[in-house]
Amino acid sequence: MDEQTRNILEILEEDARIVPEEIAALTGMTVEEVSRKIEYLEKAKIIRKYKTIVDWELAGENYVYAIIELKVQLERKLGYQAIAERLYKFPEVRSVRLLSGEHDISITVRGNSMKQVAFFVAEKIATLDQVQSTATHFVLKTYKENGLILDEPDQVKRLAVSP
Amino acid sequence: MRTQCNPSRFVSNRMQKVPPSGIRKFFDMASDSEDVISLGVGEPDYVTPWHIREACIHSIEHGETSYTSNYGLMELREEISRTYTKRHNVYYDPTNEILVTTGVSEALDLAIRAIVNPGDEIIVVQPSYVAYVPSIIFAGGVPVTIGAKGENDFRITAEEIEAAITDKTKAVIINYPNNPTGATMDRDELEAIADVIVEHDIMMISDDVYERLTYKGKHTCFSALEGMRDRTIMLNGFSKAYAMTGFRMAYAMAAPEIINSMMLIHQYSMLCAPITAQVGAIEALRNGEEEVGKMVREYDRRRKLIVGGLNDIGLDCFNPGGAFYAFPSIKSTGLTSDEFAERLLNEQNVVTIPGDIFGETGAGFLRCAYAASREDIKEAIDRIGTFVDGL
Ligand SMILES: Cc1ncc(COP(=O)(O)O)c(C=O)c1O
Repeated sequence: MDEQTRNILEILEEDARIVPEEIAALTGMTVEEVSRKIEYLEKAKIIRKYKTIVDWELAGENYVYAIIELKVQLERKLGYQAIAERLYKFPEVRSVRLLSGEHDISITVRGNSMKQVAFFVAEKIATLDQVQSTATHFVLKTYKENGLILDEPDQVKRLAVSP
Repeated sequence: MRTQCNPSRFVSNRMQKVPPSGIRKFFDMASDSEDVISLGVGEPDYVTPWHIREACIHSIEHGETSYTSNYGLMELREEISRTYTKRHNVYYDPTNEILVTTGVSEALDLAIRAIVNPGDEIIVVQPSYVAYVPSIIFAGGVPVTIGAKGENDFRITAEEIEAAITDKTKAVIINYPNNPTGATMDRDELEAIADVIVEHDIMMISDDVYERLTYKGKHTCFSALEGMRDRTIMLNGFSKAYAMTGFRMAYAMAAPEIINSMMLIHQYSMLCAPITAQVGAIEALRNGEEEVGKMVREYDRRRKLIVGGLNDIGLDCFNPGGAFYAFPSIKSTGLTSDEFAERLLNEQNVVTIPGDIFGETGAGFLRCAYAASREDIKEAIDRIGTFVDGL
């Protein structure tokens, strides 16, 4: 990866809404160069999507999140991919990860209440043929998400003038 | 009744010769105003990377609270030595050629006191960091200032240095990447200066505190030039590269004779640098590369943003190769640096520092530190634009 590509990706990863004109000012590239590069990165799927981090709690929506660890039994010929596909098709499932260690797969589920999440896991996940066991952990508080610290205290002020 | 005391009568003649700091006025003015955007700050706007802070906390928890060797922790000196070998291919012996100090500020003072006899001249290349001239005066030396020129993008030439050398000259102080101009020097320019240093048998004090903040090409370490190792007192530190200003951590490297005399002063005036900060410095050198890289890349973006912005509003600004300062010319406005900076602060609440505070050739220029958020830089540029348009 060349330096300018990395530069653009870093800038966009931090602020998806930044416009090409501004990226040009920050990188010394022309607006056309920036736009072309971004178009390429989108086509190559290096840039997958532009998303917003929403504080739903502050918006008054009290979503419940749970992390569920699964042990799975692999079917003949079908690997983890098959079970991952069955899991990620549920919109309630927000993320699916294959893990090393004691459990095989970890998923994040979002629902409107603990009851709803618990039932979803009991009815839809635990009953899948390949799933041997589940361990559900409800999220009590999120401190940091996607590299963003959610309740960061204000930084200490520097002097306004120093040599 | 006993007669009243007049304290000022006791202040030494030497201290009365030191001019008041030109920055002070702007500090006081800025503190009085609200909604101020400051481009007047000579320190990173980042907090120290967490892994460094964490290493310090851990060391305090484990009771590392004692004095260290006068030279500093051996482990730290070894890391510093390795760093210079790796980055610049110049070796310093950790046992007697490296001294850990409380900031480059202390290292600078020690370096000057270690070599100056009363009346010795030290050449200071200006525009420069404000501590150089007073430090020389404190040591009983004579500062001889020479000015790098705006038309040369504030790079000093070997000829300009040579012209200032007399038989009383002991050393030259340079600082690249430079505070306040952001100027950097190419290797061949430094080679030419090295020739002059050898020819006149004097020393170089090189303040490389902004070394890691180099955006164009690679920083040339003066002491790594052929034959210059023992003619150089190399000063470097952690304040700028690792955003560790408050830790007061730096070091000096030179020939054993020089380091030894610096250590003698340090041993009686400082004893040693704070151990917690030394532990943080070890962590910084061992595991700090990634964070430094991130900060440097962001400074580089801001550099482009501010230099482009200043030029767009008609303030001619060369492209600084290092540090975190832009140094635009404000000559087109017809104002002096001081008038410009003072009116800009009063009318638009933007703090900048007049260039001539750092030396005569800085007259007509303004130091704009871009160690500030992009939002602040953009807003500051807008306000400076409004101010210039209204003139
Ligand atoms: C050129 C230069 N040298 C030295 C220093 C002081 O650095 P330290 O924090 O290591 O004392 C500064 C700080 O602004 C500086 O700009």
